[in-house]
Amino acid sequence: MRLLDAHSDLGPLPQVGRGFIDALERSGLAGRGGAGFSTATKWRAVGQRSRGDAVILVNGAEGEPQSKKDRVLMTAQPHLVLDGAFVAARVLRARRIVLYIGERHQAARAALARALERRPEPELRLVTFAAAPARYVAGAEAAAVHLVNEGFATPTTVPPYPFERGVDGAPTLVQNVETLAHVAVLARTGSLPGTMLLTFAGGVDHAGVVEAQVGTTIGDAVAMAGGPSSVPRAVLVGGYFGRWMRREEAWQLPLTPAAVLGCGVIGLLPEGRCPVCDTAEIMSYLAGESSAQCGPCFFGLRALADACTRIAEQGSNPGDLERLHRWAAEVRGRGACKHPDGAGIFLSSALSVFAADFAAHAPHVRWQSA
Amino acid sequence: MSSRLHVVVDRIKCDGSGLCAELLPELIRLDDWGYPILAQGPVPEHLRPLAERVVEECPMLAIALHRGKRTP
Amino acid sequence: MSNSVLWYATRGAGAVTIILLSCVVILGILSALRVQGESWPRFLTTGLHRNLALMTLVFLALHIVTAVVDTYTNLGWAAALIPFSSYYRTFWLGLGAIAFELLLAIVATSLVRAYIGHNMWRLIHWLTYTAWPVAVLHGLGTGTDTWSAWMLAITAACIAGVGAAIVLRLAAASRDPLATHRSAFRTAVERRDSR
Repeated sequence: MRLLDAHSDLGPLPQVGRGFIDALERSGLAGRGGAGFSTATKWRAVGQRSRGDAVILVNGAEGEPQSKKDRVLMTAQPHLVLDGAFVAARVLRARRIVLYIGERHQAARAALARALERRPEPELRLVTFAAAPARYVAGAEAAAVHLVNEGFATPTTVPPYPFERGVDGAPTLVQNVETLAHVAVLARTGSLPGTMLLTFAGGVDHAGVVEAQVGTTIGDAVAMAGGPSSVPRAVLVGGYFGRWMRREEAWQLPLTPAAVLGCGVIGLLPEGRCPVCDTAEIMSYLAGESSAQCGPCFFGLRALADACTRIAEQGSNPGDLERLHRWAAEVRGRGACKHPDGAGIFLSSALSVFAADFAAHAPHVRWQSA
Repeated sequence: MSSRLHVVVDRIKCDGSGLCAELLPELIRLDDWGYPILAQGPVPEHLRPLAERVVEECPMLAIALHRGKRTP
Repeated sequence: MSNSVLWYATRGAGAVTIILLSCVVILGILSALRVQGESWPRFLTTGLHRNLALMTLVFLALHIVTAVVDTYTNLGWAAALIPFSSYYRTFWLGLGAIAFELLLAIVATSLVRAYIGHNMWRLIHWLTYTAWPVAVLHGLGTGTDTWSAWMLAITAACIAGVGAAIVLRLAAASRDPLATHRSAFRTAVERRDSR
């Protein structure tokens, strides 16, 4: 049973108890929200602390701009997502489910609302919707909890982690919608689909969402998306939260949740597109998405973006290059959330894979975006 | 699992005042914008009084000493 | 103890208190301005601020005790603690009681800062900007020596010093590039989010 296959009436949800967490553990399910964290470990952490007051926060924020898999899943299979949420609610003894959907994902929200109406009344009472602002970090766990509690989708200092004290101060499971869909399949069929959802962007013929077996190589997965539209020079594995890899390295990489951070976005950089200019644009975007709460992120990412832009617009210079390397390393681990880490790792990978371009960039006319 | 103390900064409360780096330069230095960069590892025993003073003197109460390293 | 000794002690301690208090306020402002030099680290400013504040309390205590104990004015302890409850120069003395209690609150909260958190501490600490002028007015109104040359000079110097520091503080708030950048950024984020 694959995630995106059309499903007719699935029937009532199977009864599951605390023992389901063991089944989760045996299955080895890893989260699909970007961190690849063990789902069973998360559930145990919440389950141990729940006194019948746990909260399930269904994370459909999908803040990564190029990612489409979560909204596609929610729109096509809302019942699967809801099943996973209700299984979690039963196992972890939750009394509230929050559907945290990106405010621009109207179709997804509508699909979930329609699907909810067809569920039994007692289940309906548990559920509320919350709109995630269209910001990059809105999908981070602490930011999601913060939004529901106080209306601001900005990260808060952890600890305390959401599994200890989250929505309404209660132990909260923040789980990506795709992960919950996997949970639903496990609960209904006894085994996982063994697949993962990917979004292809950039130089592929059929950009969009693909469901591939876990372990498929990137090269084979690209073929599923219609193949590259031109010879790609490099691959961005994991969207802006991931890293660049040279085509030769990337093509053989088996896809697993741990290998593909940043919720499954695979971007192809075609030959002829300037990686320095693209990196500068992405860094400016990431700098603009800082919550402006922590100095190293706010000032560091802006400085990194400015230096990249200077190299892009005025050509390479040793001073900026040295600063890029230094700052990219320095921002890591010095914010309240992982946003600066992600940006730093992204930039470091660009500096490594495109070292020659960064060292010898001369200003040129930019490619128009496709 | 060490029972040694680690310096921990609340990055949201921290305002880049920089007193920490003045008092404990062995473990804390400032980046280009005045925000602390912490040395890895636990606080050496002989620096512990200074570390406790840093906790008290931080204008934003952003620094704390934690026992053992908390991993998510 | 003879009355006039107590009386001189009260006036002397009062003068020292207002000088010390003014230094404390100036140091507090310099601390907020992040003033530092080659051989003047920031923790020196904050350390001095704290130590002088405690010294201020000592002289303030001396000032109050000698005033209350003095049988000449028959003030009684109530006058020191309950504003506007004395017969003697009711209003001006009352201001002194107010300033005293404000300072007590400010120092007490500073001592337990770690327990009440930064925001609450900051809120009460801002009362300094009330306590200091009230103390100065109290000195001008009750002081027997107010119009003597030396007391005028002291008061003028205190007011000039604190006034200059306040002006610096207001000017610097708009000149600190990092703070300006950060608040501009946050405004832009909020504006974008509310669209």
